[in-house]
Amino acid sequence: MNTEWIGVMAMYGLTVLLAIPLGKYLAKVFRSEPNRNGGTAFDCMAPLERLIYRLGGINPDRDMHWKENLVALLTINAVWLVYAFVMLLTQGSLPLNPDGNPSQTPDLAFNTAISFLVNCDIQHYSGESGATYLTQLGVMTFLMFVSAATGIAAAVLLFRSFLPKTVESVGNFYVLFVRSITRLLLPGSLIVALILAFNGTPASFDGKDTIVTMQGDTVDVSRGPAAGFVAIKHLGTNGGGFFGTNSAHPLENPNYLTNMVVMIAQMIIPIAMIFALGFFVNRKRFAWVVYGVMTVGMLCLLVPTILSELGGNPAITQLGVSQPTGAMEGKEVRFGPLASAYWSIVTTIISTGSVNSMHDSSMPLSGAMQLLGMMVNAFYGGVGAGLLNFYYFLIISVFVAGLMVGRTPELFGRKVEAREIKIASIVALLSALLVKGGTALGAWVFLKYGDATGAAIGWAVKPSAWLNNPGFHGFSEMLYEFTSANANNGSGFEGLGDNSFFWNYAIGIVLILGRFIPIIGPVAIAGLLAKKKYVPESAGTLPVDTPTFGLMIFAVIFIITALSFFPALALGPLAEFFSL
Amino acid sequence: MLVLLAVIYPLVVAGFARFAPGEGKGETVLVNGKVVGYARIGQAFTEDRYFNGRPSAVDYNAAGSAGSNKGPGNPDYLKTVQARIDTFLVHNPGVQKADIPAELVTASGSGLDPDLSPAGAKVQVARIARIRGISAGRLNQLVDEHTEGPLLGLFGPANVNVLALNIALDELK
Repeated sequence: MNTEWIGVMAMYGLTVLLAIPLGKYLAKVFRSEPNRNGGTAFDCMAPLERLIYRLGGINPDRDMHWKENLVALLTINAVWLVYAFVMLLTQGSLPLNPDGNPSQTPDLAFNTAISFLVNCDIQHYSGESGATYLTQLGVMTFLMFVSAATGIAAAVLLFRSFLPKTVESVGNFYVLFVRSITRLLLPGSLIVALILAFNGTPASFDGKDTIVTMQGDTVDVSRGPAAGFVAIKHLGTNGGGFFGTNSAHPLENPNYLTNMVVMIAQMIIPIAMIFALGFFVNRKRFAWVVYGVMTVGMLCLLVPTILSELGGNPAITQLGVSQPTGAMEGKEVRFGPLASAYWSIVTTIISTGSVNSMHDSSMPLSGAMQLLGMMVNAFYGGVGAGLLNFYYFLIISVFVAGLMVGRTPELFGRKVEAREIKIASIVALLSALLVKGGTALGAWVFLKYGDATGAAIGWAVKPSAWLNNPGFHGFSEMLYEFTSANANNGSGFEGLGDNSFFWNYAIGIVLILGRFIPIIGPVAIAGLLAKKKYVPESAGTLPVDTPTFGLMIFAVIFIITALSFFPALALGPLAEFFSL
Repeated sequence: MLVLLAVIYPLVVAGFARFAPGEGKGETVLVNGKVVGYARIGQAFTEDRYFNGRPSAVDYNAAGSAGSNKGPGNPDYLKTVQARIDTFLVHNPGVQKADIPAELVTASGSGLDPDLSPAGAKVQVARIARIRGISAGRLNQLVDEHTEGPLLGLFGPANVNVLALNIALDELK
């Protein structure tokens, strides 16, 4: 067996090995009382937490109603949005801008601010020229921490509704939020950042350097405080790049070791959260069922991708050169096609959206798998958000299974009724609407206004010049962009000329809806369920911690996703696959 | 919170990074006391007397970075690849088409890929041996010396840093 396979297996194996104890630790951190320490590492952070509560005027001892928690979450997010927008709009005149980069245009700033706020980090600019060190740290890095913490806190609010008692309040959002940062994201990022820095990722504030190469060419080299940025971008499944080409850039991801480290970093919290759920509500079997469903789902996407990338590009095989390692367009030699294929699936299923190869140049079948990963968005999923997405599949599965066997649908001793199902269904259907509606709108503008002259409408990029590739692949570029936005993923088929007002605004709006509705929905369902009378499980209860039920969830995910998205996939990557 | 995450955290990282190679500013490579490049950033080697790197969508200008973003079946793209194959064959007479590894005719993801696979370097040995008058055996040995094996001998592919290889090549006399 060759070293590329061993490398990928080691990455996955280490992730799971580390995720189990981390899950246990997280359950302890989130269960302990606000002013008491749970006897965990990083109790030393307690004074810092108290300082933050005092400065923010927060009473950490108060349990809040689920509606209050939602209001807190949404308000604080609105404040960050305004702050980020203003910073980006004025960055050109603010300090810490050694390369003299300009301020962002209003439409771009709108898009960027939302994108980082919602943990998506889709980027319609390149870090080297579109941002300053001040905004890279004060806006991007900051939002990457808080958006990840928002997701985790929302997921823990959900956990509470699984506890075997009737409760009015589900915990305090602020406490969960602050602890996610002080006891998980910050210490973790620091470790990853230092590993990166000692392997060659820059961390200083120096601007561009100019050098003369051995052949006598004069070139500039962009640098900057990237190490800390790159660490949280992965740990928080954010994914935005410090440099334009993200983790394919040799300074952002210098060697195979750093590639392994950031790969583990981005996958560990999503998996640990599943186990944390098990420890938190003491339902470890259920956690394993969830983990099993998600892992099978990942493998269904991963295996075809790896095989098609290792097989190389059939069109290039016809030209007569050899592809000993696999398809190399858009990939880096130091990672190779196998680790690149693994990354491309992990980053799309867990909503990171960072890339170490250019997805636009992936084989068609891999492109289809990447799209599917984002369409489901619940195989592990983003930090916190993945479990929230999984939750509505879970609710629907319980309901369908209940109807099939003629029992009252219930989840952990609480009846699932019409209201909860309605919310879950709306959330599930909304993503199909946003993705397909958005792509249809994009395609319509592309055809109708293809050659509209600039002045009247003010296109930064004329619609006819949007696409970097003709035919089916061009359609895939638009489909990918909307799918990525809805899933809050952030990767892209980057050939798309997306820094124009249509894409900046359309994607910005999809981003907001794609983020907050899937948070509001499950938290509301959880709040409603938590209030209901707790009926202890009996022989009449449908057990949810069995492989049979796991299969049921998998079938529900498969059917919903296939019905919603298959036509779009058939028009894009599948058509390309059969024509190549 | 803003102070903690956007000021203290990056400063702490930058502080520790001062002890890293390159002091956290990016590691540079010196020849005779002169900076000739960044260790991790690829640079353009197009002349026949050097080992050539991979094609780049940004011509190795590290002020920015980009891949080609060309889809696998794009007809224009396939023409470009065909042209690269033809150019390579002209510059490397005697090499068979089937011996050219795909990385030499496809652009990297970042446009700044600093590496080649060992096969990508060795296929150029005959040309360089002819131009420089160094034996092919010695050059193959040089490539082997500069091949970084998989991490810990276990994980990932082997690769050759083109800049380091070419510096060593200039020192061979």
